[in-house]
Amino acid sequence: MLSSSSSGGSLRRWAPWVLIVAASIILPAVLPPFRLNLLGRFLSLGIVALGVDLIWGYTGLLSLGQGIFFALGGYAIGMHLSLNSLEPGQLPEFFGLYGVKELPAFWQPFASPLFTLVALWTIPALVAGVLGYLVFRNRIKGVYFSILTQAALLVFFNFFNGQQRLINGTNGLKTDTARLFGELVGSDAMQRNLFWLTVLLVVAAWLLCRWLTRGRFGDALVAIRDDEPRMRFTGYNPTAYKTLVFTVAGALAGISGALYTVQSGIVSPQYMAVPFSIEMVIWVAVGGRGTLIGAVLGAVLINYARSLISEQLPETWLFVQGALFLLVVTGLPDGLVGWWRQGGLQHLLAMLGRAPRASTYPGLDLDPSVQAEKSSFLSHPPGGEP
Amino acid sequence: MTLFLDTLFNGLAIGSVLMLAALGLAVVFGLMGVINMAHGELMMVGAYTTYVVQNLLKEGPLEALFPVYILLAIPSAFLVSGLAGLLLEKTVIRRLYGRPLETLLATWGVSLILQQFVRSVSSAFFLGLLLAVAVGLLAPRFTPAPWWRQPWTPLLRAGSWVLAVAAGVIIAGGLGSVRALHQPWFSARNIDVTAPQWLRGSIDLAGVTMPSARLFILALTALALVAVSWFLQKSAWGIRIRAVTQNRAMSSCLGIPTETVDALTFFVGSGLAGIAGVAVTLLGSVGPNLGGNYIVLAFMVVVLGGLGKLWGTVVAAFLLGIVDYVIGSGSLLLIWPTMPAALNSTIAFFATTSMAKVLVFILIMVFLQFRPAGLFPQKGRMVEA
Repeated sequence: MLSSSSSGGSLRRWAPWVLIVAASIILPAVLPPFRLNLLGRFLSLGIVALGVDLIWGYTGLLSLGQGIFFALGGYAIGMHLSLNSLEPGQLPEFFGLYGVKELPAFWQPFASPLFTLVALWTIPALVAGVLGYLVFRNRIKGVYFSILTQAALLVFFNFFNGQQRLINGTNGLKTDTARLFGELVGSDAMQRNLFWLTVLLVVAAWLLCRWLTRGRFGDALVAIRDDEPRMRFTGYNPTAYKTLVFTVAGALAGISGALYTVQSGIVSPQYMAVPFSIEMVIWVAVGGRGTLIGAVLGAVLINYARSLISEQLPETWLFVQGALFLLVVTGLPDGLVGWWRQGGLQHLLAMLGRAPRASTYPGLDLDPSVQAEKSSFLSHPPGGEP
Repeated sequence: MTLFLDTLFNGLAIGSVLMLAALGLAVVFGLMGVINMAHGELMMVGAYTTYVVQNLLKEGPLEALFPVYILLAIPSAFLVSGLAGLLLEKTVIRRLYGRPLETLLATWGVSLILQQFVRSVSSAFFLGLLLAVAVGLLAPRFTPAPWWRQPWTPLLRAGSWVLAVAAGVIIAGGLGSVRALHQPWFSARNIDVTAPQWLRGSIDLAGVTMPSARLFILALTALALVAVSWFLQKSAWGIRIRAVTQNRAMSSCLGIPTETVDALTFFVGSGLAGIAGVAVTLLGSVGPNLGGNYIVLAFMVVVLGGLGKLWGTVVAAFLLGIVDYVIGSGSLLLIWPTMPAALNSTIAFFATTSMAKVLVFILIMVFLQFRPAGLFPQKGRMVEA
């Protein structure tokens, strides 16, 4: 949305913000706590979807391992919450079950809130950076990259799942009954605050991603997606760009995982299950890859649909999900937002016999601000298949 | 020595199942470059086919054949899985050639549908599905032809399918109230295939106990391997498949029907998944989630071996099997009891099945750092190395 002097332009510019602020004030008042909590969770999943969109929608790297970073962020906050309401010298309860007498060394720093706040996104970013660098350095890409990230996911899953004595294995860490700032994490008031925090962070993440995808860096990402060898021959080093963007996506996943954990009350190795990471990709695909708003929208819409369907007819959800995968890939490659932006509605109306509106008017063709917007649209097309 | 033989045998046994699972992938992924995430579910279809064959032969007129039902299950599983794969190729994958990431997502969707299908399929469900497909396919036949040449025809087509599915759901729901039709065929629980009498014992050789089922799987693997390599190297269609793999445009110019070749390749690859499914039933009970346990490891085998190289797949599978067993069983601790304490505790740390998997995956990823194209890389000079 280019800045425009006309009143219509400024309305278009401000409307989304007004809408977001209004929604975040009204929704907590209207929705019952359970629904609000669900919405907060789905919004926090929007952040990981933004990361997936950065690396897949813009850069063309299909990672099936974002669950690693998501869960690492979740575990960071989970470990802090298991520690922070304990008496000095006390251990989290589950350690007693496995006969562990002393807090493992890597737990120690998580007692500090400041360290945790930094760690919950730097640790995933670091892991993503190292993993990404090793993979990209060897020019492993395409489906090989996907399979490798999935293998890495399995490594982490099996590790967290198998280590009862270190991290409580399959059971995960509960955060519901812990206290944060003297308030129960699971309480309604706390959940409302967390909802506001989530909205804030989603907007911040969106702004970050928008800043990254506009300008030269964004162009470089799209160039990698569309023709990597050509970019390399032009003298750029794709490895650096790919590593950087993968790191950013990892950090976003970590933040998202932490937010999701405090709102769902538990972090467990299931966050690293193979299907969950692939689902993240389908949220972006349905919303519209290469469009940032599509990623958030897709995450919220699909998860909402999932919770609705699972409440009514649990066994049909997998059919619906499988059909979604097929439908989006074969019929709607640019997702809902991409379809809308490419004039999907007009195509639909044209099918029904309503003539499509003429795309040009003489008046518009002479208006410099419209022309400027049009050319910026052409130089930044909203994503799509190369 | 006994320990060595024991390790070798168990490693080969683990590797042979991997090998069977990866063989089909080596054909589909290695030759066609298609990522089929539903490969594990095709294995599951093979396993369930074995279960059905077993139950059909258990009693009734064909009871005499029961002792050898497993031998009958092999071709049946090959056919059923192969046909399922063929259907998948004709309906979905055909539209996505040259777009591997999309293929990956679409086939993942198929795998979800297949998993839920075996969980909830009952006679009522099946009849509803048949009705939906019939209505959807026949709708153009029984409606005025001009309707199908309008600007809004795409909407009509989508609408007719929605109606067809709705009709199917309603019929399935209505029939579901009949108790006999409501009963799920398999349900979400795991199913058990009882190995025939002659596969239940074990053979002792040089101090190593070899379960007959494992030996049978080894033999089956060897047979499948010989058959596939004969098919690819010697038979006319195998040569055509390899020609299309090497140069699709040129093969097409020389009169090779490339579409048929694609379909055939996919049929063979999927059928091999079915055979792998038969083998898996001998190792324990199987369920709808069977595929997920094998798919990633099988892909790793193919990548590790090098694409398009059958021998690479073989070596990689057995190597992985042996490494997996050596780490998982902790037999290094027995071989070298006097090792330093630090090493000892490290090895003991990884000596469980799930931790062995962790280490195996890490080792594969480290290996691919040095040989990104696998053990036996394809020769050639390409930008996209």
